[in-house]
Amino acid sequence: MSKIGVFVCHCGENISATVDCAKVAETAGNWDGVTFSVDYKYMCSDPGQSLIKNAITEKGLTGVVVASCSPRMHEPTFRKACAEAGLNPFMCEMANLREHCSWVHEKGEATTEKAIDLVRILVEKVKYNHELTSIKVPVTKTALVIGGGIAGIQASLDIANTGHKVILIEKDPSIGGHMSQLSETFPTLDCSQCILTPRMVEVAQHPNITLYTYAELESLEGFIGNFKAKIRKKSKSIDEKLCTGCAQCTTKCPVKKIPSEFNEGLGKRTAIYVPFPQAVPNKPVIDRKNCTYYIKGKCKVCEIVCPTGAIRFDQEDQIVEVEIGAIVIATGFTVKQPDFFPEYGYGKHADVITGLQFERLASASGPTLGEIRRPSDGKVPEKIVFLACAGSRDPAKGIPYCSKICCMYIAKHAMLYQHKVHGGKSYVFYMDIRAGGKQYEEFVRRAIEDDGVNYIRGRVSKIYEKNGKLIVSGVDTLLNAMPVEIEADMVVLATAGVANEGAEELAQKLHISYDPYKFFAEAHPKLKPVETNTAGIFLAGACQAPRDIPESVAMASGAAVKVAGLFSKDELTREPIIAVVNRQAPPVYSSCVGCFLCVSACPYQAIEKEEIKNRNGEVIKSVAKVNPGLCQGCGTCVAFCRTKSIDIQGYTHEQMYTEVMALLNEY
Amino acid sequence: MTLGFYPGCSLKGSSREYAESVLAVAKAFDIDLEEIHDWNCCGATAAHNMNKELSLALPARILSLAEKQGLTEIVVPCAACYSRLTVTKHELAKDPELKIAVTDANNLPYTGSVNVLNIIQMLDKYITPVLAGKVVKPFDHKVACYYGCLLVRPHEILNFDREEDPQSLDVLMLKAGATPIDWAFKTECCGAGLSVSRTSSVGRLSGKIIGDAKDRGAETIIVACPMCHSNLDMRRDSINEYLGEKVDIPVLYITQAIGIALGLDRKALGLQRHFVKVSV
Repeated sequence: MSKIGVFVCHCGENISATVDCAKVAETAGNWDGVTFSVDYKYMCSDPGQSLIKNAITEKGLTGVVVASCSPRMHEPTFRKACAEAGLNPFMCEMANLREHCSWVHEKGEATTEKAIDLVRILVEKVKYNHELTSIKVPVTKTALVIGGGIAGIQASLDIANTGHKVILIEKDPSIGGHMSQLSETFPTLDCSQCILTPRMVEVAQHPNITLYTYAELESLEGFIGNFKAKIRKKSKSIDEKLCTGCAQCTTKCPVKKIPSEFNEGLGKRTAIYVPFPQAVPNKPVIDRKNCTYYIKGKCKVCEIVCPTGAIRFDQEDQIVEVEIGAIVIATGFTVKQPDFFPEYGYGKHADVITGLQFERLASASGPTLGEIRRPSDGKVPEKIVFLACAGSRDPAKGIPYCSKICCMYIAKHAMLYQHKVHGGKSYVFYMDIRAGGKQYEEFVRRAIEDDGVNYIRGRVSKIYEKNGKLIVSGVDTLLNAMPVEIEADMVVLATAGVANEGAEELAQKLHISYDPYKFFAEAHPKLKPVETNTAGIFLAGACQAPRDIPESVAMASGAAVKVAGLFSKDELTREPIIAVVNRQAPPVYSSCVGCFLCVSACPYQAIEKEEIKNRNGEVIKSVAKVNPGLCQGCGTCVAFCRTKSIDIQGYTHEQMYTEVMALLNEY
Repeated sequence: MTLGFYPGCSLKGSSREYAESVLAVAKAFDIDLEEIHDWNCCGATAAHNMNKELSLALPARILSLAEKQGLTEIVVPCAACYSRLTVTKHELAKDPELKIAVTDANNLPYTGSVNVLNIIQMLDKYITPVLAGKVVKPFDHKVACYYGCLLVRPHEILNFDREEDPQSLDVLMLKAGATPIDWAFKTECCGAGLSVSRTSSVGRLSGKIIGDAKDRGAETIIVACPMCHSNLDMRRDSINEYLGEKVDIPVLYITQAIGIALGLDRKALGLQRHFVKVSV
């Protein structure tokens, strides 16, 4: 005979304002099998928990039903309290009287009746609960970081410095990401490369970090603490061990006119190339799409000039399999490209460029060595116009959100222009100036007040070329919507920051969710900003939303701490809410008939075949068997099983049936 | 082949030559344009500023009449009429209550089944595929294709061409043997109805359009809207006053230009009706 205790919580006034808690407790006290029933103002408080513990020891309870808030909130609290009093924690169930009843209904008898029903079904269920034991799974203390921009670099270094192993993969030939392309950084104007490159080198030299550049995630399986990843190392067409980075090949390569990705198309590179001089690793790759040998079958100049014989034309992609315990995604973002702004003539007029292209022009390592010269004829622009919100905050363009970083980098661009081109005139068209951040507003004021950048509040409707000038036709909304026309020499568009191409596929590979704009979704917008909904997978930087450098770094360090926290334990405890295939006495052994529909239904490959053998080793029967380490308790197999041979522990057929009957029967 | 034809008011009045050239080109390809009987005003810009239901009931009546006449596809050469008819179809399709109200007001059944084509869509669908074989005198001129505001907007309803940098007229003219120029005022406002009330504003707005076309070497401006045509052609004196010089680039309807390429009679195309002499 069960001895069940019912504990009805008022949750302050959250429940008691609409539910008569005393009546619920009183009614429950009269049910069969309930030996103790009480209501209390805050059951989760210390005295509330003591109430439960004392009842367990004094009354010898065999089951507990706490009628309070959502189990997502306090199930661990109450199960822990039960365990402390010597009761198996899985003999404790929660009836959700708050979210499922008091918050959604008016005060009244019917509400109290519903609360009584909710308690009733759990009381009946708990009679069929079994003692369960948590599952322990080992943790592989190696992290995979995807993306080698500043966020990925920071996360890798932070994890590696806690003593754990890190595998960092980067799709491009070098780590560094967008930050390596930037000239100076706001709001302090320190040189981006100067603060970034030492970190890049640190990554390459760190004993705990394995770096795979030119590599992408091929597939992922497993679960928190126990992932298995396949990494595709794209063929670089060189033997990295032999290559010394002498640059003979890149100097002599005859294909010299490929637009450089690093310089955003403003500079050229060769077919065998290192993206930029400070690249890590500083060893070239062959771009097979543009290499004469791969197109025409001859050339091999690089092979002839290579002093160490490191060129490998027949090298193939390599798949590396790694076991990891946690993943940090730091794949970053991109900016909207041509054809998105026909009205601004981007892609049509050479001197209409993106903010990222301006960074390259302003950078000392850029195609103009840091001099602001326009792409069309190399002249120094005397008049330059910056357009904020090119695409951003524009539902008609499909991007209703603010890209966040543009207000600041535009101020920086205009400032750099004024510093470099004395006597030049710069204009900024803006909707609002969003300079929220430490020293950000001061920075923008400095651009306006000290450097004389002309800020015009208003939008630009079109940009066209006339007599060698770019006519920027807009409106000044602070001057009663007066039309403004500026004859500019160069225009910089602060194009919207958008999710990377392929973000969707990556999210699907990782089983994480993403928002309508393909940015990866955090588990909670405020309290779990670096977690995803998949345990063990974390986010850092602009793959989650447009982010500036300080935010990306902060997020990366946050994700690193989460990984380190996970790795601080040797084993993870998982709830035993998993599927089991029943076992019976011979000669039946199990009601499973071995159809194995469940094997194909299981999304986690957690079910395998098991052969039951007699003493002579002869196979009597083949049945399904669930691997408790892999099972996630989703219940798909239960629905598929035609003989009802699989149950989810804690949610068995018997328990579900009992709950329904408790609702239907008048007790 | 027979297509329905809704001329609207302009094509019966100030832009008779548009109607003439549309009919002439259609005839050259054995397309019979059957006018909708008892058609009414589309409501133009006035109706939708006054009363939404009225602004939908007027075009709906035209569409109902076309249905009654057994027409499944109608050609609407005027950009404003085309916009009103298409917007009406869109609004009534998404709001069943409005559809009932409008049907009741007109006392005519309306299903929304009639396909509405603007002149470019009509040419694209029925003439472009067989145009090359019929061109006897390629329109060998630099042309500035001017779309104005209504032909491609609102994009989410019309779903036609590119909103900010349309190309369809350019493609058509290319096929007629012309060299379309890349210019900046394809979709700029011509001044529209200010033609009557503030002619000087039209002079300034249309002046920018003509000025840019001239600066970039256009020999002809190609349009597909009666309003655009009347402003760029009829208001040329105000335009020239704004520009401070005499610019005599002619403005042709797309069907006139194609008609010339087909070698049709110039009078049949109504070329003599323009204010700016058509010298091409």
